[in-house]
Amino acid sequence: MAIATIGAVPAELARGHGGGPAPTRIVVAYGFWIFILSDIVMFSGLFAAYAVLSGNTAGGPTGPELFNLRNVFIETLCLLLSSYTSGLGALSIEWRQPGRFLIFAALTFVLGASFLVIEISEFAGMVSKGAGPSRSAFLSAFFTLVGMHGAHVTIGLLWLLYMVAQVVVKGLRPAVLRRLLCFSLFWHALDIIWIGVFTLVYLMGVK
Amino acid sequence: MLGKLSWAAIPFNEPLPLISVAVVAVVILVALAIVTIKGWWPYMWREWLTSVDHKRIGIMYLCLGLLMLLRGFSDAIMMRTQQALAVGHAQGYLPPGHYDQVFSAHGTIMIFFVAMPLVIGLMNFAVPLQLGARDVAFPVLNSVSFWLTAAGAFLINVSLVVGNFARTGWMGYPPLSELPFSPDVGVDYYLWSLQISGIGTLLTGVNFVTTILKLRAPGMTYFRMPVFCWTALTANLLIVAAFPILTATFVMLLLDRYLGMHFFTNDAGGNQMMYVNLFWAWGHPEVYILILPAFGVFSEVVATFSGKGLFSYRSMVLAIVGICLLSFMVWLHHFFTMGAGADVNAFFGIMSAIIAVPTGVKVFNWLFTMFRGRILYKTPMLFAIGFIVTFVIGGLTGVLLAVPPVDFVLHNSVFLVAHFHNVIIGGVVFGAIAGYNYWFPKAFGFTLDERLGKASFWCWLIGFYLAFMPLYLLGLMGMTRRLQHIPDPSWQPWLLVAELGAIVIFCGILCQIAQLYVSIRSRERRRDLTGDPWNGRTLEWATPSPPPAYNFAVLPRVETIDAFWEMKRSGQSRVEPASETIEMPRNSPTGFITAFFVVVTGFALIWHIWWLVILGLLAAAITILVFGWSDDRQREVSGSEIAQTEQARSGLGAPAWR
Repeated sequence: MAIATIGAVPAELARGHGGGPAPTRIVVAYGFWIFILSDIVMFSGLFAAYAVLSGNTAGGPTGPELFNLRNVFIETLCLLLSSYTSGLGALSIEWRQPGRFLIFAALTFVLGASFLVIEISEFAGMVSKGAGPSRSAFLSAFFTLVGMHGAHVTIGLLWLLYMVAQVVVKGLRPAVLRRLLCFSLFWHALDIIWIGVFTLVYLMGVK
Repeated sequence: MLGKLSWAAIPFNEPLPLISVAVVAVVILVALAIVTIKGWWPYMWREWLTSVDHKRIGIMYLCLGLLMLLRGFSDAIMMRTQQALAVGHAQGYLPPGHYDQVFSAHGTIMIFFVAMPLVIGLMNFAVPLQLGARDVAFPVLNSVSFWLTAAGAFLINVSLVVGNFARTGWMGYPPLSELPFSPDVGVDYYLWSLQISGIGTLLTGVNFVTTILKLRAPGMTYFRMPVFCWTALTANLLIVAAFPILTATFVMLLLDRYLGMHFFTNDAGGNQMMYVNLFWAWGHPEVYILILPAFGVFSEVVATFSGKGLFSYRSMVLAIVGICLLSFMVWLHHFFTMGAGADVNAFFGIMSAIIAVPTGVKVFNWLFTMFRGRILYKTPMLFAIGFIVTFVIGGLTGVLLAVPPVDFVLHNSVFLVAHFHNVIIGGVVFGAIAGYNYWFPKAFGFTLDERLGKASFWCWLIGFYLAFMPLYLLGLMGMTRRLQHIPDPSWQPWLLVAELGAIVIFCGILCQIAQLYVSIRSRERRRDLTGDPWNGRTLEWATPSPPPAYNFAVLPRVETIDAFWEMKRSGQSRVEPASETIEMPRNSPTGFITAFFVVVTGFALIWHIWWLVILGLLAAAITILVFGWSDDRQREVSGSEIAQTEQARSGLGAPAWR
């Protein structure tokens, strides 16, 4: 008896269901989604901590005293709009129009940066009022949860600049397309997390 | 300039750690000198340090795990000796502050840097081969994962000689682990080394989930996957779902310690119970991250050495998935005494007992596989049988502890210590050793010595029972865990038996080292020319030993479970490799270089050397950015190169079965 292996794989089987390795684009996007899921689990730990500690103000300022819903609303608009422009950028990539992509990338960057500026000024205002992260457990949880999201947005903005550079220098080759796909998954996921922050921290926090 | 670091950080007044570190340093220097003199550096760099081959990375994981096993075991012997000596008026030889570091380091190292690397190493080596894949989904990321794990292991060993380690136990519960009660760097070493290795583990989880779901060979549906792949899939799903919780928890404790926040402090509204909850919301799934792959190894071993397919494959898979889901619903049984109330305790007690059901299903699966099988008592099979007996005992004491009123009596006693060593040694460690003996010939092309392997098995088994059965008794007699001094002299006889057990286990480890040495010396006699030394059932045995970098010249097509067995049975003949090219990932130094800068960053964070933190982070980021810019990550293996490789190995792939 001779050792066993197999003939060539028919192409339709290789592409079809349960039929061999998936194309690189699918594998990369899928793996990145799994990574984003793990990131969301990490945030869920911070959300849980915030839910437990939000009442523990230790005699310090409370949510309704600190939160300014008007600012947060503008902030939210910036982030959601940036997701929209990022989506338009992804469409321009689909249509292989790098010029349009650059315009939408610039818009996305400006909107994301505005979000960050508003957030940082909110943080600075709170710290100057003596409501810094070491004031109470509530504020520790608040700064950590919101700040962690802000850190993700910052990384996203740097990544966007890096991707713009890749598009300009390398053009839309397959590897760059895959990286752009991951970036847009990441950017939309930040929106999903922000919806949670907006609801749990701000809307429920001013009651 | 150097933050908190000064000469005072070196424990000159404690000779024990200094001497042991000096010995280790000499060994490392000698090894490095040999590599340098023999001119092996280019080979080491090209073939190992920058390798992205899942088989090489798996082997490096196993080396890391086995090395750290020696470190963790020396901690164990120190503790056993201290407890055997320090009875009544005697004080033993370890002062309390040092003893506390020893038990904290023992737990941390054994879980994160022994059990995890062993399990992940086996998965790395075997899973892509079993799936009929050419590598994992993200080979460079795999290398990054390994080197981050190694970086964490390195940092934790630095704590031996620069500064100290945590005195908090391996869970690092606050408020003890908070700044007012642990002001020195011990807890920071604990936190940063686990954060770094934890990120590595998380990336492994992402990588393997994607690999198993997206890169299976043509025709390999979920219900045709080998059981080890099923256990790897569930374990990695648990990694993705659980490790981020640990990351978040440690972030909070780090913020408490570094920025004066109040997540878990006594004052300003901190909540210590939240740490305990979050820690075990990771910690209990972690138990199954370790044991599920061990179950997978035993399933492969029992089926192979019984010469039969696994009994009731589907119920086994269901049991695996069931355990995966249930593992997230039992965490509170680690702290029944914290005061969650009778209703909550009852729920978690019942859930914990329910987990015994799928586990019991598995035990019967293995027993019925062996029933009327033609059993070959090779070393891996001995470990499997030893495991079944030992694990059932550990499971029973676990069900006992799952009953809240019983737990109130036994909580924090050495009965608990005996229980979890019973399942971790009898399950995870036996599984890792079985897997090591089972896949060694596949990895290196020659078998391990059976006589010494069996000797090591008997030492491990007898040593385990001698070391831990007395602890069950001592726990029932009221001995609590982590005692540096034993107040009750009537406990001493049992502690001496436990010490003897630890020595017998040490003999088992010595047998394994001898086994490896003897086998390498006599490797020409032990060559596995068939690629299939055990008459295996799954696809890894369809390759020559060791397999070529690309594993399969032609991707196998799978039509049943136990695909290779079916191919042998139906007498499929070897197909000449197609003359197409194969794309394989290029080696990359990204993982090694990133991990180097991460070690620098971690060390700087521990000692508050802020400028070095910034430099280290920048350097690590630049390394990743450089990799992120590259396009040329694939290497084309041409048809003629494949033909040459296959030709060279054709002698290794000849059939051996009768």
